[in-house]
Amino acid sequence: MLVDHFIADGWRVIGPRAANGAIVYEPLRSGADLPKGLIDDQQPGSYRLTDGNPNRWFDYVVGPQNWKKWLFPAKQKLWSAEKTTDGFTVTAHEESYPKTVLFGVRPCDLSAIEILDSVFDNGDFTDTAYRERRQKTFIVTVQCARAASTCFCTSMRTGPRAKRGFDLALTELGESRDNAFLVESGSPDGDNVLTALDCPAPEKQHHDAAEKATQNAINDQSCHMPDDIRHLLRDNPEHPQWDDVADRCLSCANCTLACPTCFCSDVEDINDLSGDHTERWRSWDSCFSGAFSYIHGGSVRRSTKSRYRQWMTHKLSSWHDQFGTSGCVGCGRCIAWCPVGIDITAEAAVFAKDEE
Amino acid sequence: MTKPKIAVWKFASCDGCQLTLLDCEDELLDIADSVEIAHFLEATRTTVEGPYDISLVEGSVTTAHDAERIQEIRAQSKTLITIGACATSGGIQALRNFADVKAFTSTVYAHPEYIKTLKTSTAIADHVDVDFELRGCPISKAQLLELLTATLAGRKPHVPRVSQCVECKLAGTVCVMVAKGELCLGPVTQAGCGNLCPSHGRGCYGCFGPMENTNIAALAAQLRTLGAETPEIKDLFLSYNAAAPDFSKGGQTP
Repeated sequence: MLVDHFIADGWRVIGPRAANGAIVYEPLRSGADLPKGLIDDQQPGSYRLTDGNPNRWFDYVVGPQNWKKWLFPAKQKLWSAEKTTDGFTVTAHEESYPKTVLFGVRPCDLSAIEILDSVFDNGDFTDTAYRERRQKTFIVTVQCARAASTCFCTSMRTGPRAKRGFDLALTELGESRDNAFLVESGSPDGDNVLTALDCPAPEKQHHDAAEKATQNAINDQSCHMPDDIRHLLRDNPEHPQWDDVADRCLSCANCTLACPTCFCSDVEDINDLSGDHTERWRSWDSCFSGAFSYIHGGSVRRSTKSRYRQWMTHKLSSWHDQFGTSGCVGCGRCIAWCPVGIDITAEAAVFAKDEE
Repeated sequence: MTKPKIAVWKFASCDGCQLTLLDCEDELLDIADSVEIAHFLEATRTTVEGPYDISLVEGSVTTAHDAERIQEIRAQSKTLITIGACATSGGIQALRNFADVKAFTSTVYAHPEYIKTLKTSTAIADHVDVDFELRGCPISKAQLLELLTATLAGRKPHVPRVSQCVECKLAGTVCVMVAKGELCLGPVTQAGCGNLCPSHGRGCYGCFGPMENTNIAALAAQLRTLGAETPEIKDLFLSYNAAAPDFSKGGQTP
């Protein structure tokens, strides 16, 4: 199948696999690594993989990890320096990112990659390593045919059907053993693969079945983000709900690290014992840590309240001012992977209700 | 340039953190090159008199003699660093702080009258000023090396006070609390162990003590939702860092 086609063609294929009770995104050895027949039950603070229809390849939705770990690694060396007799030399870190297929990217996560593009390669600023990784990346999207109870892509307008941004998009049709896929191309690179695969052209029944799958994923969704959340949060920095959520929030940073668009990082210089060799490393950081807002004299955001407010307001409100879109794609990871199950849509609903 | 003089001191402890220093193997020769090891009984009988540039202190204060000795060590040390849960929070032996130490000694020893001990086990910082506290039961080799390197270079060590969850997420470890319902102290525990228990499918035991900004009550409530009863929740908090104020709060879970 498609995974094996890419591997045979020399690509590194990263896709969904079942590991440690969840769907993770790791290199695939063949299409047989795909977690066929599994389904995820996601609730606030809870995630369980169970058996679903054994004929279906993609009935699970998003897992705990996200694709940013491949495009924006959790830890990356930036450069190293060596002391010399009359000073020091600096060597930029050269990484080897092979040509890579991200296989099984859901529409919400595709939007998240688009958001990362606008952060790391936006005309005013370019992270050259990020851009190189993106240029060597081919994206195969899988359109969703069901939603978890934590999904809210419809209200963020990022899914459940992607119309652009992918190289190829698959929609799984039917429930039977030999069920078909609707394959659509979204780029010249995608066209080339479609030509090489020599698939039969889709007929009306296939498009109808794809439409039905999308409708099913829309109907599944019970979480919603209020339409005017951008202004609701901007106008309510002193709302009592911030104290309420701070009573429950652990400030553990899980939401930000599970989020496919949170992009903050920390930079540290590390030297060895001799002092002759130094390295600069960048690693994921979170606005939920005290050190994150540390300036001379101390941290600006000392309370959990101020940290939660910063995160939620940036994600849903000031992100619009900064990048022209919301920072949220409605994947629901921050809901499922919050150890105490704080639901960002439920918090948002309190602001909306009080405005009525 | 003379090498900085370094001393390693032991109080009430299991010696595991000193062993972490000896365990540095590959880096040990570099360390020995960079400093003069003036006092380290776990490694050598030879000792050099103070004052010392850096003192590493392992263990907690559990006797009147300990309480005097730490004052002398502080007076002899330019920089004093405590290493491990015993030195930074009182260790597992601080469980006595919540019970009657006489009852313990009479249960454990044939001749309890020979035992001269304080009613409490306390952190070194409860007695003297401490320049840096390195957490862990035992401490992490990587953090110890970073701390020594930074101290010798005169810069701040990179030892983040974030939650254990940050280590899990950076390593790509699937959350055992969310995906398996494991009882886990990760969301209130400081990172640094290298993601040891969660990466083996178990919840965090809190060996590195409380993180910078904890919410003990909220985590205890969630542990209850996951099915834990009050005694189990108390036991989870009251272990290697029982006397760290945030964790002893967890030990009082109603």
